[in-house]
Amino acid sequence: MSAPARSPQVLDDKISGGIGASPQRPDGTLKVRGEFAYASDLWHENMVWGATLRSPHPHAGIRSIGIAKALAYPGVHAVLTHADVPGENAYGLKHQDTPVLAEDRVRYQGEPVALVAADHPEIARQALKLIEVDYEVWEPVTDMERAAHDETLPRLHENGNVVRHQRIVKGDPDARADVVVSGVYELGMQDQAFLGPEAGLAVPAEDGGVDLYLATQWLHVDQKQTAHALGLPVEKVRLTLSGVGGAFGGREDLSMQVHSCMLALHLGRPVKMSYNREESFFGHVHRHPARMYYEHGATKDGDLVYVKARMYFDGGAYASKTPVVVGNGTTLSVGPYNVPNAHIEGWGVYSNNPTCGAMRGLGAVQPTYAYESQMDKLATALGMDPAELRIRNAMSEGSTTVTGQVVDFPAPVAELVRRVRDMPLPPPNTDELGFPGGAANTTHGEGVVRGIGYGVTIKNIAYAEGLDDYSTARVRLQVIGGEPTALVHTAAAEVGQGLVTVQQQIARSELGVERITLHTSDTSVGDAGSSSASRQTYLTGGAVRNACLAVAERVYALAAERFGVEATNLSGGKVVAADGAVVADLAELLGEDVIEETREYHHRKTYPLDPETGQGNAHVQYGFSAHRAVVDVDTELGLVKVVQLDCAQDVGKAINPDAVLGQIHGGSAQGLGLAVMEEIQVTDGVVRNPSFTDYLIPTILDMPPMRVDILERPDPHAPYGVRGVGEPPTISATPAVANAIRAATGLELPRVPIKPEHLTGT
Amino acid sequence: MDFFRPDSLAEALAAKAEHADAVPIAGGTDVMVELNFDHRRPAALLDLGRIVELHEHGRQDGKVRIGAAVPYARIIDELGRELPGLAMAARTVGSPQIRNRGSVGGNLGAASPAGDSHPALLAANAEVEIASIRGTRMVPVKDFYTGVKRNVLAPDELITAVHIAPATGAQQFSKVGTRNAMVIAVCAFGLALHPDQKRVGTGLGSAAPTPRPATKAEEFIATELDWESPKPLADSVLRRFGALVAEAASPIDDVRGSAAYRRHALAVLARRTLGWAWSEHLGGGRRACA
Amino acid sequence: MRVNVTVNGKQRTADDVWPGESLLYVLRERLGLAGSKNACEQGECGSCTVYLDGVPACSCLVAAGQAEGGDVRTVEGLADGDRLDSVQQSFLDTGAVQCGFCTPGLLVAAHDLIERNPAPSDPQIREALAGNLCRCTGYEKIMDAVRLAVERKQATT
Repeated sequence: MSAPARSPQVLDDKISGGIGASPQRPDGTLKVRGEFAYASDLWHENMVWGATLRSPHPHAGIRSIGIAKALAYPGVHAVLTHADVPGENAYGLKHQDTPVLAEDRVRYQGEPVALVAADHPEIARQALKLIEVDYEVWEPVTDMERAAHDETLPRLHENGNVVRHQRIVKGDPDARADVVVSGVYELGMQDQAFLGPEAGLAVPAEDGGVDLYLATQWLHVDQKQTAHALGLPVEKVRLTLSGVGGAFGGREDLSMQVHSCMLALHLGRPVKMSYNREESFFGHVHRHPARMYYEHGATKDGDLVYVKARMYFDGGAYASKTPVVVGNGTTLSVGPYNVPNAHIEGWGVYSNNPTCGAMRGLGAVQPTYAYESQMDKLATALGMDPAELRIRNAMSEGSTTVTGQVVDFPAPVAELVRRVRDMPLPPPNTDELGFPGGAANTTHGEGVVRGIGYGVTIKNIAYAEGLDDYSTARVRLQVIGGEPTALVHTAAAEVGQGLVTVQQQIARSELGVERITLHTSDTSVGDAGSSSASRQTYLTGGAVRNACLAVAERVYALAAERFGVEATNLSGGKVVAADGAVVADLAELLGEDVIEETREYHHRKTYPLDPETGQGNAHVQYGFSAHRAVVDVDTELGLVKVVQLDCAQDVGKAINPDAVLGQIHGGSAQGLGLAVMEEIQVTDGVVRNPSFTDYLIPTILDMPPMRVDILERPDPHAPYGVRGVGEPPTISATPAVANAIRAATGLELPRVPIKPEHLTGT
Repeated sequence: MDFFRPDSLAEALAAKAEHADAVPIAGGTDVMVELNFDHRRPAALLDLGRIVELHEHGRQDGKVRIGAAVPYARIIDELGRELPGLAMAARTVGSPQIRNRGSVGGNLGAASPAGDSHPALLAANAEVEIASIRGTRMVPVKDFYTGVKRNVLAPDELITAVHIAPATGAQQFSKVGTRNAMVIAVCAFGLALHPDQKRVGTGLGSAAPTPRPATKAEEFIATELDWESPKPLADSVLRRFGALVAEAASPIDDVRGSAAYRRHALAVLARRTLGWAWSEHLGGGRRACA
Repeated sequence: MRVNVTVNGKQRTADDVWPGESLLYVLRERLGLAGSKNACEQGECGSCTVYLDGVPACSCLVAAGQAEGGDVRTVEGLADGDRLDSVQQSFLDTGAVQCGFCTPGLLVAAHDLIERNPAPSDPQIREALAGNLCRCTGYEKIMDAVRLAVERKQATT
């Protein structure tokens, strides 16, 4: 079969700008014209619509599934269940514990049970209601702490309810200190709330395989899992990235991939699946809710002596990235501070709550909220300025982390705190829309108190604990229309962050060529890894650089062969020698030749943690950011307006300074959302607010102006000195806002999101 | 599903009489959500979009008559002087896009306790004009709501307008939401001074199964206010008023907030809005619509 | 049922429309205009904003039949051929586009604001765009984009 009529585009806009510039996005014109093909926009002749029946119960047995009535409904073409899964009915990023379609039990509300393909979405919706599932409803497991320790609870999976337990011990775990503060902190379940719901189009192929066009973060891991479930060799399951409407971690696990392919292969027809917002809330994993017990000890002068912490992460029904959350959560548990002694334990558990997995700031958001709350509490106990306490204990290059890893790259934490502290403060509010409550006229200034708070974080960049983390790029250089042109081809997912722009910038700078075309991302080139963990500029950027360097070497060889001159550089369309002399015009030298090279980039090796002590060089790089939040709180109504949210972040090297700013702005907004409004509310395993009416994300009236200070202290171990950017600002924004609200109200506020009830004692 | 597109009110009423199960749709801001999420599959939709008189406002018997489908955006732009409380409430409805389509008639038809216009309508003693082929009747808005998302409409009736006396005194509207824009009310309060009647009107939203006035609070404050020679109100009076408003509520715990918080917040809103309105009254002028 | 509607200046007809379908669905799936985005279908995100008879509306909340005989202008109708509208150009120039899913709706809302108010203050911009959710940008560069579009419009008039 052919490609879809509306299909992903090759990006070939004429744009210029190399490393360090901020050129326009190559997909920008398509996006502002409304012509960019997102996954939900795909369309194919003869296609039908797929839909998913999901469990209404968080925990139940399935006695039977009756599909006859649904199948008989006019306009329905197929109804499939677990019995129709061609390969193994199991997938998962870390553990293969997730059924494609439920068999004899469901473990969370919203678990997929059956599929329908029909002529129209409305027909599919009505047909879903005709599928008869006989459930035996069971008591759900819902408390993360009990799931970790209570052996009497039902075991949700073969190996029990603990997905991972990790201990980290540093120095003297029983150390004592002059001043001790403790607290129990909780964090609600946050949703990625990307704006483009899950969607894709599966097109059956003549070779018995399938072509899947979709929105994802990681084509190759989808390909591997989908092929396995379909019982097909990977080369018969080809994936092409279409436009992705945001991701933030929520597209790392499978959603409609196997389902759409099953229907397409069953029918021999293209099948489109496109979730609506409600289904999207059930169709992807969320951020792990957490409960964390912290105790900090310090000297009278404010030097940290020890940190003790026990942390629980609710992973929900399936493992997803829970093991990584426990790894990140424990290894980052003391924050960007020098702590000589520590005893940390973390548990990630199964429950019958919604499955939780990847979300921006994975595993670091939870402890950062807790330890930054503790730092403010400690500052109060010491009578110290909270910024000063952080500066005093800030880690730096050469510091040793809680896992015994020596930081061998810049770590300007104190500098970041100083910078946000010293930014000018906003004047008192005078705008009627600017008070807490906004346009809703709840105060004209009555009850409003201002507060200032800080949040600082450390986040590991890229994959950790011994994973061979890499990306692949293919670069082809040739003359097209008299102009040297490079085609860059990777499988990396552009999810909005601007990776397409960065790839072009790197190729322009390395090849000295203006015209860079981006091949659609697909699985016909090697793995790029996921657009997560703030890793793509580092890894795929590194791979594009390596491929460009290999292409350049071949150009130099060509020049040496023709002219007997050793060239060392490509610049402005010329081949240049070490002394700056132009050796040849690149277009003339290339003539009809096509030079193509494919290269990988692997980051430095990391190592697993010692299972007993948690010691080890687990991480390749850290990102750091600091926020200062200024809030106005209506203390009588418990409403909050964040007045200013300033950030300083070290990015190593800003390949694209404007895109870096965009990441910091957007990440900060998500952190603000978690602080004051965002939570998937779950009661007895049932989601109470799966809609944008009741799952609130910040509007333009909730986000304040931001001042951003970007530091560039290059990491000598990373390509161009880059440091991952995307995640840290999401993480440090939340405690900054929470601490500002504490400063305004004097309340302890041990849980985010902070609700009006928490501020008014109701 | 059928789709009826009457060109006149008479046609619409005839269609509604013949198809009692047809759901009227104007701005679509409630009905379409129910359709999009399969919460409702009515036998027919009755589009009120082309009925001119439902989209007009004007004066009738000294009152402002607002056609049921006049969008909130026009109430804000065109009726802010005569109906400041309703205009303030309209400004808090959803988003600009929603205010361009949503209408008071739709709010009344849906009769959600969280509808933003209800507290303002209650405080201003609005009357709802209801029509059918049997004739037209007027229902005081306080008698219009009969339960959660229920109202007095008979199956053959349509809401055609609301009638509201132009403000004779200060009016206020406040709404609590957990976001600074585009949010459904956790609770809301409307207040109108009626110096001509020497009384204060109130309305509570998202505070009970139906929108309702705080009758005891109205009675209390009527005895406290000196309309002849107005003086600043004692804090104790404002607080008592707030407490009585809170007592009038019978809220629930839900995803948007707790019952206890709603009561607490209503007391604060009532106290503040009365304070603002009375200061305006004392000042002799009217504060511009917020 | 059949729906006739003028879209971006052209008379269009959609057949076999299910009466419960939204204008958004008809635009996207029946008329091939996928620029308006479906992100929430309940009027909470603004991604599907189009001009309907000159007024910005969430097309997900307009029943297709209500648009009969109406005049619709979508994001695809903002540019003049190859020449982008100044709001579109400003979004590009300021980096206000990331994933871009909110962009079509924001462009229509911002276009309408500038048509109605040639010199909006920051609070007025924020109030006018409060119905358009963006999850990527934190809105900072969207504010920059609208300010730039306003400046450009003032410079040319």
